[in-house]
Amino acid sequence: MDLPLFRHNRPNRVVTFDEYREEGGFEGLKKAFSGMSPNDVQQAVLDSGLRGRGGAGFATGRKWSFVPRDLPGPRWLICNCDEMEPGTYKDRVLLEHNPYSLIEGMTLACYALGVRHAFIFIRKGYEKAAANLARGMEEAKKAGLLGEHILGSEHSIELDLHLSAGRYICGEETALINALEGKRPNPRSKPPFPAIKGLWQGPTVVNNVETLANVPAIVANGAAWFKGLALNPEGAGSKLFCVSGSVKNRACVELPIGTTLGDIIDGACGGMRDGKKFKACIPGGASTQFLKPEHWNLPMDYDTVAKAGSRLGSGGVIVFDEGHCLVEATLNLINFFARESCGWCTPCREGLPYVKEILTRIENGRGEEDDITILREHVKYLNYTFCALAPGAMAPLDGLLRDFEDEVRDHIVKKKCPLK
Amino acid sequence: MIPETLKKSLQARVASAITAREAAVDVMKELQAHYGWLTDEAVQEAAALLGLSPLQVEELATFYEMIYRRPVGKKVIHVCDSISCWCADCDKIIQYLKDKLGVGLGGTTADGMFTLLPCCCMGMCGDSPAMSVGGVPYGRLTPELVDEILEAERHKV
Repeated sequence: MDLPLFRHNRPNRVVTFDEYREEGGFEGLKKAFSGMSPNDVQQAVLDSGLRGRGGAGFATGRKWSFVPRDLPGPRWLICNCDEMEPGTYKDRVLLEHNPYSLIEGMTLACYALGVRHAFIFIRKGYEKAAANLARGMEEAKKAGLLGEHILGSEHSIELDLHLSAGRYICGEETALINALEGKRPNPRSKPPFPAIKGLWQGPTVVNNVETLANVPAIVANGAAWFKGLALNPEGAGSKLFCVSGSVKNRACVELPIGTTLGDIIDGACGGMRDGKKFKACIPGGASTQFLKPEHWNLPMDYDTVAKAGSRLGSGGVIVFDEGHCLVEATLNLINFFARESCGWCTPCREGLPYVKEILTRIENGRGEEDDITILREHVKYLNYTFCALAPGAMAPLDGLLRDFEDEVRDHIVKKKCPLK
Repeated sequence: MIPETLKKSLQARVASAITAREAAVDVMKELQAHYGWLTDEAVQEAAALLGLSPLQVEELATFYEMIYRRPVGKKVIHVCDSISCWCADCDKIIQYLKDKLGVGLGGTTADGMFTLLPCCCMGMCGDSPAMSVGGVPYGRLTPELVDEILEAERHKV
C-alpha cells in the first residue's frame, strides 16, 4: 500500500538518506522550489484536508493561514515532538525509522510560512530519534536541501533541535513556547494565540511530527491524491495508530483514515490477546473517552469518532479486556494527570488530586453513592481551567460515568472491586 | 567548581543561543552530568552562565522530571506507571524492583548504585512494561529480565 509515512521504513533500522531519495524523497521539496509559490504550498495543504495529528485535529492549512505575513520581525515554526500522552508512541516509531519526511516537511512548511528558523522540540527519552534527526539534517544540508540557499534559491532555512528534560505539559503549545525560551513551562493565556504572538512574541506555528511528515507527499502527489487515501469520503490521508493493551501484537501501524476500530485490532494487531473479550478502548491517548464493543465497526476519523462521543486524538489506542477494572484504569489515568499538572491554576492543581482521592476510595470499596455526583461536578467544573490538561483528564472520567456507571456503582454497593 | 573546559563549552552553547536562557535546559543537563545531580553549587553556576538569578534556575530545575535537585544513585531507574504499562502489569514489576533493591519509590540503594523513581509514559507502550536505567530504555520487562538488566547496568560504565 502506498501510504506516505511508513513506506520508506526498513524492519530493524533507519532508512538511509540515499534510499529515501531513491524512493521519491525530497521530490516534494524540489517541486515546490521549481515553480510553486509559498501560497501554492499552503493551498495544497489546505486543499488536502490534512488535520493536526497531535490530538486536536485542527486543519493544518487553516492554522498556517492565521499567521500574518506583513508584520516586521521573524516568524517561527516549531515541531512538537514532546510525545508524552500515555499510550502514544507513533512519533518515536516514525523518527526511529525515518527522520527525512519530517525534515523535508518542515522545510516545506518554512517555505510556505516564510520562516527562516525552525525548532524541533523533542522529549527526554527520545535520544535515538534526536540522533537520527541530527544526522539527517547534516545530510540534507550537504545536499543543498536545507540551510543556506536551498536548491540554489534565495531561500535559507535553519533547523534546530531542542532536547527537553521531561514534562507532559511541555506538549501544550504555549507551555512548549515557554520551555523553548528557557522559561518555566506553564501555559500562557490565549489570546493572543501563538499564530499572532508566540515564540519571542513573534508569529509562531506549532505542528505535530506526524502532521509535518505528511506535507512532502501532499506537495509531491497533490491534494486530491492525499484525500483519496482515506476510506471514508470525508476523510483525508493516513493515520499512525499505535496500539497497546490487550491485543496480540502491540504495533504502531499506518492505516488509511476511516479504517474501522475492528480492523485495527483484528487486522493489524492480530486480534485480542489470549482469547480475551474486548471490553473498551481509549482511541486517542489518555485524554479521550472510552469506545465500547458497539463501536467495533466505527470508521476511525476525526468527525466519526467525535460523533461517537470520543476523539481520534493522537491515535494511541489502549485496549481493555473483560478482566480490566475501568475504575482502576481511570484512576491510573487521573494519577498521571494529577502528577503532571503544572500547578499554575487552582482547579487543576487541587481538583485532580481530589478526583484521584475519590476514585481511590471507590476502587478500595470505601465509596459512597454521593461520590458519583461529586465526580460529575468535577467533570463539569474542571473544564474551566487555564489550559486543556484538566479537561483532557476529565474525558476518560466522563466516559467512565457515562458508559460504565454500573461498574462504578457495583464497587460502591459491593464495597469492593468486583474484579478482584 | 566545574572544570575550565566544561565551562568554556557551556559558554559557547549559551553564546550560540538566540537568547541566553534558551540554553537553560542544556546547561542544567550538562552540569547534572558532571555532578551526578543538580547541586546548589550547580544552580549558582548555571545562573551565572545564563545571566539568571539562582531562583530563576531553581524554578526551571524543579519543573523537569529528569533534573534531580537531590542526590541520586549512580544510575536512576525510571519505571513507567502509566496506562499502557498498567495494562501490562507494571505494578508487579515496580514491586519486584522495590523488593530487589530494598528501597521504596524515591529511594537510593545502600551502595549508592541505583535510585528508583516512577515516571510518566516513556513512549514504549508497544513494549510495556518499560523502564529506563541511566537513560537506556528497556521494555517487555519480566522479573528475570530485570535481574539481567540490573546486573549488566551495575557493571557497565
